[in-house]
Amino acid sequence: MSIAAEATEFSFPHRHLLGIEGLSGHEIVGLLDLAEEAASVSRQVAKKRDDLRGRTLINLFFEDSTRTQSSFELAGKRLGADVMNMSVRTSSVQKGETLIDTAVTLNAMRPDILVVRHHAAGAVELLAQKVDCSVINAGDGSHEHPTQALLDALTIRRHKGRIAGLIVAICGDILHSRVARSNILLLNTLGARVRVIAPSTLLGAGIERLGVEVHRSMRQGLDGADIVMMLRLQRERMTSSLVPSQREYFHFFGLDYDKLACAKPDALIMHPGPMNRGVEIDSNVADDARSVIREQVEMGVAVRMAVLQALARHLPNQ
Amino acid sequence: MVMQSESNHHDPHSTALVNARLFDPASGLDQKGGMLIVNGKIATFGPEIGQGSVGEATFIDCGGKLLAPGLIDMLVFTGEPGHEHRETLATASRAASAGGVTTIICMPNTDPVIDDVALVDFILRRARDTAQVNVHPMAAMTKGLLGEEMTEIGLLREAGAIAFTNGKHSLANAKMMRNVLAYAKDFGALIIHHLEDPSLAKDGVMNESEVSTRLGLRGIPAAAEAIMLERDVRLVELTGGRYHAGQISCRASLEIIRAAKARGLPVTCGVSINHLTLNQNDIGPYRTFFKLRPPLRSEEDRQAMVDGVASGDIDVIVSAHDPKDADVKRRPFAEASDGAIGLETLLSAALSLHHNGGVDLATLLKAMTANPARLLGLDSGRLAKGAPADLVLIDLETPFVVEPEHLRSRSKNTPFDQARLQGRALMTLVAGRPVYNYADPRGS
Repeated sequence: MSIAAEATEFSFPHRHLLGIEGLSGHEIVGLLDLAEEAASVSRQVAKKRDDLRGRTLINLFFEDSTRTQSSFELAGKRLGADVMNMSVRTSSVQKGETLIDTAVTLNAMRPDILVVRHHAAGAVELLAQKVDCSVINAGDGSHEHPTQALLDALTIRRHKGRIAGLIVAICGDILHSRVARSNILLLNTLGARVRVIAPSTLLGAGIERLGVEVHRSMRQGLDGADIVMMLRLQRERMTSSLVPSQREYFHFFGLDYDKLACAKPDALIMHPGPMNRGVEIDSNVADDARSVIREQVEMGVAVRMAVLQALARHLPNQ
Repeated sequence: MVMQSESNHHDPHSTALVNARLFDPASGLDQKGGMLIVNGKIATFGPEIGQGSVGEATFIDCGGKLLAPGLIDMLVFTGEPGHEHRETLATASRAASAGGVTTIICMPNTDPVIDDVALVDFILRRARDTAQVNVHPMAAMTKGLLGEEMTEIGLLREAGAIAFTNGKHSLANAKMMRNVLAYAKDFGALIIHHLEDPSLAKDGVMNESEVSTRLGLRGIPAAAEAIMLERDVRLVELTGGRYHAGQISCRASLEIIRAAKARGLPVTCGVSINHLTLNQNDIGPYRTFFKLRPPLRSEEDRQAMVDGVASGDIDVIVSAHDPKDADVKRRPFAEASDGAIGLETLLSAALSLHHNGGVDLATLLKAMTANPARLLGLDSGRLAKGAPADLVLIDLETPFVVEPEHLRSRSKNTPFDQARLQGRALMTLVAGRPVYNYADPRGS
């Protein structure tokens, strides 16, 4: 039987999941409810469901990823789909094929769901216009990463019982982060108070217009926060002189116990991974009892199962 | 006349300056009176402080001369570390005290370049141990001053770097400049920039003009400065970072500064004493002591600089003290090093603008006291209760001839060689302690 059977009230009229933008609060909550059930299913011995039996899911990753790709692969398999991972290194992309040609070629193989990660913002949406199947954005450049925002929201809701009214501080490389963008959109939709904390060089123009409170000091930004969400700092940010060094970044923007003391005592510590211990987060803080970083990974599979189930209602080839 | 009196009960922590003309450019104060200094700070001052009212303090009779805040020189090159044969922090500080300068801001283009926390700490320790006056290091804003990687502006600021600069090089990469301005803003750090478009200034050795053509020397157009300044102003507008043009030298730059200030941007500027009192014609027969960066400009530009100081659009006057030994100066003009010493002549040369009516005295001194203090966040630069007793006693009138061999700087490359100047520092006090006394220069 389908685990979505009980959630018949939930309507999800979209063919693709390209971003959090465009989702209503009702739809987001519906997905979280579905994911909650998927999470309990995933903890059972018998994890296998049949929502996607006979269906084909292709993971098409133009950027290397371990955790997101395996998370989607597991989610697809637990719902009974045939999952294929397309590695870019061995694909014709390396031979100069354009994104659209790749999409058209894959489309001809009649997949039901494409999970796509691409280094260029907007690439997944462009691809979605050229195929007949459902497309899930697994991260497009610095634009969106909707399943990450959903899994973060699910993790928060499981611990705090709600999203509305919580103070969520997102810290680090806001400028380049698709995780930050999707989270800002989702958390605002569900009524959280979102803060971003970063040096000016990593904030992005007009960020305050996205409905966030902007801070350039960790102590101020973390003051009274319920959720501390750290972002990964890429090494390239140093070579392009957006920040001068790892040690300076850690000193001013790394999460250590000193800065964490400004947040609420029961604040959750989150990180989308992979972490740079000692760069954006102190190693002990990452392993603290308040850290839910590993639970985020578990909720990742659950949320991706929920998204696949929701999209299953509008799949092609039927 | 200045004299130091013996008191019966000598208290090293308490000094009284009596019979002075108290002159504070920040508040406009100009009145006869005295000052009591306790524990290195100004305890009180005013007309009521006289010889009879100071109790057991050591007292100094100022002979009616002008008692002003000690000068703050925002642009000083030393040779420490790396070129100690030109100047050390100790010799620079002795030159400073003789010129009434109580605080010097050191440039980071030493060897090694001051671009690391440990080197800022080195300068502060060396200054503490060897210097007579206050020394604040500027740090490089790019590693090695190479313009490629930003320095650790936050950590350097915590270590005591008072401002950030790229030394004698403009940061040509606009994106890097943008990042530096945006990043420095978060730490309240001031960026001080040298203005010279490197491609336009390349191979140039003096101001581009009829004079350079006659001398057969390659010119640096004033536009090389104005273009860089205009670009920087746009980047300040983009980032909101605090920006100070270290030295401007031409009318075009002054107009850009005025326009930027009119738009409310956090832009300020300085001018060197050389560009206020000398022009390109002084180069005459290839005199290399007049080879400067930026180069001495036309007389019209010089007059514009004086007007800029008088109107307050130019915030700060600096010595641009740049000691160079004879080996690098006694060369054909095009091959000689640029730069001139100036710590000891800054005040006297500036007073020429007061004597010739170019700038009123308060405005003139403000550009060397309260204004740099405000830009740098220093609590000195003014006569105020609780402020550090960094003071200079000034004789406005007595003429003298600049004799390079009497200058205390280790290098003697002064463009004021044999110049007739009027007025000078008689006594300089740092934290209430006399560090220079003209009547007895060896005594202090």
